[in-house]
Amino acid sequence: MAAAAALEAVAPTGVLWGLVQDFVMGHQEGPADQVAAELQFTAFDEFRSSLENPEPRTRARGIQLLSQVLLQCHSLLLEKEVVHLILFYENRLKDHHLVIPSVLQGLRALSLCVALPPGLAVSVLKAIFQEVHVQSLPQVDRHTVYSIITNFMRTREEELKGLGADFTFGFIQVMDGEKDPRNLLVAFRIVHDLISRDYSLDTQGLITVWPPNDPHGIQREDLILSLRAVLASTPRFAEFLLPLLIEKVDSEILSAKLDSLQTLNACCAVYGQKELKDFLPSLWASIRREVFQTASERVEAEGLAALNSLTACLSRSVLRADAEDLLDSFLSNILQDCRHHLCEPDMKLVWPSAKLLQAAAGASARACDHITSNVLPLLLEQFHKHTQSNQRRTILEMILGFLKLQQKWSYEDKDERPLSGFKDQLCSLVFMALTDPSTQLQLVGIRTLTVLGAQPDLLSPGDLELAVGHLYRLSFLEEDSPSCRVAALEASGILATLYPVAFSSHLVPKLAEELCIEESDLARGDGPTKCSRHLRCLQALSAISTHPSIVKETLPLLLQHLCHMNKGNTVAGTSEVIAVCQSLQQVAEKCQRDPESCWYFHQTAIPCLLALAVQASMPEKEHSVLKKVLLEDEVLAAMVSVIGTATTHLSPDLAAQSVAHIVPLFLDGNISFLPENSFPGRFQPFQDGSSGQRRLVALLMAFVCSLPRTVEIPQLNQLMRELLELSCCHSCPFSSTAAAKCFAGLLNKHPAGQQLDEFLQLAVDKVEAGLSSGPCRSQAFTLLLWVTKALVLRYHPLSSCLTDRLMGLLSDPELGPAAADGFSLLMSDCTDVLTRAGHAEVRIMFRQRFFTDNVPALVRGFHAAPQDVKPNYLKGLSHVLNRLPKPVLLPELPTLLSLLLEALSCPDSVVQLSTLSCLQPLLLEAPQVMSLHVDTLVTKFLNLSSSPSMAVRIAALQCMHALTRLPTPVLLPYKPQVIRALARPLDDKKRLVRKEAVSARGEWFLLGSPGS
Amino acid sequence: MVGGSGMGGGLLENANPLIYERSGERPVTAGEEDEQVPDSIDAREIFDILKLLRSLPQRFKMDVHITPGTHASEHAVNKQLADKERVAAALENTHLLEVVNQCLSARS
Repeated sequence: MAAAAALEAVAPTGVLWGLVQDFVMGHQEGPADQVAAELQFTAFDEFRSSLENPEPRTRARGIQLLSQVLLQCHSLLLEKEVVHLILFYENRLKDHHLVIPSVLQGLRALSLCVALPPGLAVSVLKAIFQEVHVQSLPQVDRHTVYSIITNFMRTREEELKGLGADFTFGFIQVMDGEKDPRNLLVAFRIVHDLISRDYSLDTQGLITVWPPNDPHGIQREDLILSLRAVLASTPRFAEFLLPLLIEKVDSEILSAKLDSLQTLNACCAVYGQKELKDFLPSLWASIRREVFQTASERVEAEGLAALNSLTACLSRSVLRADAEDLLDSFLSNILQDCRHHLCEPDMKLVWPSAKLLQAAAGASARACDHITSNVLPLLLEQFHKHTQSNQRRTILEMILGFLKLQQKWSYEDKDERPLSGFKDQLCSLVFMALTDPSTQLQLVGIRTLTVLGAQPDLLSPGDLELAVGHLYRLSFLEEDSPSCRVAALEASGILATLYPVAFSSHLVPKLAEELCIEESDLARGDGPTKCSRHLRCLQALSAISTHPSIVKETLPLLLQHLCHMNKGNTVAGTSEVIAVCQSLQQVAEKCQRDPESCWYFHQTAIPCLLALAVQASMPEKEHSVLKKVLLEDEVLAAMVSVIGTATTHLSPDLAAQSVAHIVPLFLDGNISFLPENSFPGRFQPFQDGSSGQRRLVALLMAFVCSLPRTVEIPQLNQLMRELLELSCCHSCPFSSTAAAKCFAGLLNKHPAGQQLDEFLQLAVDKVEAGLSSGPCRSQAFTLLLWVTKALVLRYHPLSSCLTDRLMGLLSDPELGPAAADGFSLLMSDCTDVLTRAGHAEVRIMFRQRFFTDNVPALVRGFHAAPQDVKPNYLKGLSHVLNRLPKPVLLPELPTLLSLLLEALSCPDSVVQLSTLSCLQPLLLEAPQVMSLHVDTLVTKFLNLSSSPSMAVRIAALQCMHALTRLPTPVLLPYKPQVIRALARPLDDKKRLVRKEAVSARGEWFLLGSPGS
Repeated sequence: MVGGSGMGGGLLENANPLIYERSGERPVTAGEEDEQVPDSIDAREIFDILKLLRSLPQRFKMDVHITPGTHASEHAVNKQLADKERVAAALENTHLLEVVNQCLSARS
């Protein structure tokens, strides 16, 4: 003990002696740490007297102190010292039982020593196994024993394996009867390691534990999981475990059923045929019973999962040449027990049987093959036997389930595919379903057709032609419920990606024909049904445009149709043109995924649309009404969304090509790239063009505001100035708004820098000039609004300045109400410009930031404002509050409470509604604060519950309902009054109001009565 | 499960009953959202939201009966339900009232 001797010189022996005495006599607990910390370790001599003390308690204290010292300094011990200590401790194991816990502590410290010489680990364990009856120790000490074993297993694996079965036997003796969950977790981990590291095992002894029912402190789930890990870690437990599992599944306790099914599931991952062989019939019987007679969905699901993994396990095993294939016999068993249920006319156990079969079939290709080849003929036969639609639907749904399972496995050889033999029967059955009058059966038929189509190389061209014919018919169904039509369109879309040729050769021509017939018929004025056929046709065309090659056929059709309408061959109504545009937009959406189709669409559709619009905007010789249709607000809006959708996904270099044509078209009237470019006049939307031409700036907006940010826009400076000019032109609000939006959209994407500042300065000057006086105040206001929005979205520093300007306008007698509504625009998401999809710079928290920055100013403004403009402030505030996520709003609301209460008296229904919707969550979340104002709240809410606006009435009643969350004593004085007042809305003319009145009144009735 | 009330004769089909999907929330129609259109109180509304006298407008009168043929002592129960004093007395029983209120309370 050289180190100790060295230390001794430093530490005054007397002090140490005192500390040791203090501890040993039980005066103090502290010194152990102190001794250990100060001295690390010291001579045995210091302890000698206490270790040899005849009183066992004193000896125990002495050893405890030594053990704690060792725990602190085990890493510093030399080999010689370790040997010495171990001999001492092993010897102490024979001592009085009071001493044992401290001895074990010491051994645990020593088991952590790096310097432990070989052979000692084994001797320590042997000594423990021999001398200590572990299960009679307290929990902590048992835990110490497990820790010693764990430590040795970690560092001395080879030595312990040398002990052979003695070690595992000893360990099992140690843990036999262990009930404490904390210890069980450690013990299970040891067992798991024993198994996974190939210690020699006496397995029979191990299968004696099951999680106790009342584990405290530790989650039952943890215990179960760790035990399951043990049980499922080796196939060697199978013969003992499987009977136990079967017994547990058969028990009455739900949790035991679930546990054992899950354990079985886990075991199947390591088991093979050999282990399962003898138990298969009983396992199957138990699982079948659980699924057939289940009371709980979870048991059913676990049973099916267990069956699935059992089958997977059987399918996986490698067979010897002479062995019988258990999979075949197992599956035959299942089939035998289930198939007759599929045929029973009352169809009682049909679904459980089908689920069992499908669970087994989902396990492997072989199982799937076996079951499908047996079940499909049966089900096909059953389908024809049953005549009622709902029975047929059940059968078809089962077939669908089996067909879906086929998709999991890929077969390389075409002839091997089990479905190919049934193809014709399946097809005819599906087609029968599709022509059935029952919508439900049709729907299943459509799904089945989709799944059949997804099987590679299954359907022949003939089948496809028939299928397409059916889908065509279903897409035009004239029924009240659109579900079938929608499903047919969706299925067409999916199948069209797989079989583009079939669709373009069989469906597209029919649809084209339909569109033509339409035109001549419509000329004869053949009613609204034609119109709806027309609409369906357009929907079908867009639905099948899922494959690039189909788009190449459908897009020209749609565009051609639009041209025809515009040429005046038909009486095209606004709604019809919009319908075509919507179709185009859907096609554009489907093209977005594929860059090539995206470019094709853009290149084809946009020049065509622009040409039509430019044509329509030319000064008229003959005053045709038709052409004007294209210039209507709604039609232009529909075209805007087509152009936007066709532009957002373009790659930057292709977009640059396009922008080089379109910007000159608008700025210089360069029409050379348009397909039909012989127009009677020049196209000059920004110069002295007609108002019709100016309206087309909306289309320019749709295009340039959807471009990726990296695309450089030619003649940007000129474009921005022209847009500004147009935005304050007072002849046509549509075009000036479009110009303002376009300007704002470009501003939002423009990189920060000198040019941006210049544009901003121009805009601010323009706004100020416009607002000061004159005819275009409202245009200047619109410009201000959009520019502010563009800057607020990107957190531009100037945005606060512009917001202040906007707030100042709230007290403007002329623009005040518009400014209040402007806050709604600032806080909402646009659809055409300044969208994330259109690559605008939109910071995620802009609403919260706007709220924090501006609401205090709004409140101050409200208090300072003259009475007649106060509602404008309230309205502005309510727009801001309304758009904010409620969780963000709640902490801020109490400061706004007085304002909100005042807002309840505001005559504007928008303000009322938004105030009510702010107060409602506040009533639920902060009833204490709100109860101070109960008098005001009750009166105002009751007043508003007879508002002329339905939405306000509903919100007021919801608030009345929420009021009941306030402390009952506060509410009771109002109860009779409220109940009387709420009788009136019970007889409201609107059902939605009555519904709220009923629940609010019911809740008020219960106030203060027992049981509520 | 619904008996045969919709399928003629009001026969109960217990042997192999048709199983109906549970109907979802009543969809809000365009008419219900239109301020101008008055909605009349229909059977579904009575079933959905109006279960108590306190939920009905005052112009309504209400009778409560056991569905014919569904209760062994149907007649006696109907008689008791019609006896206003008896019902009022029952509601003075605090425990009973508590149970009833618990059923009515929307809060869990």
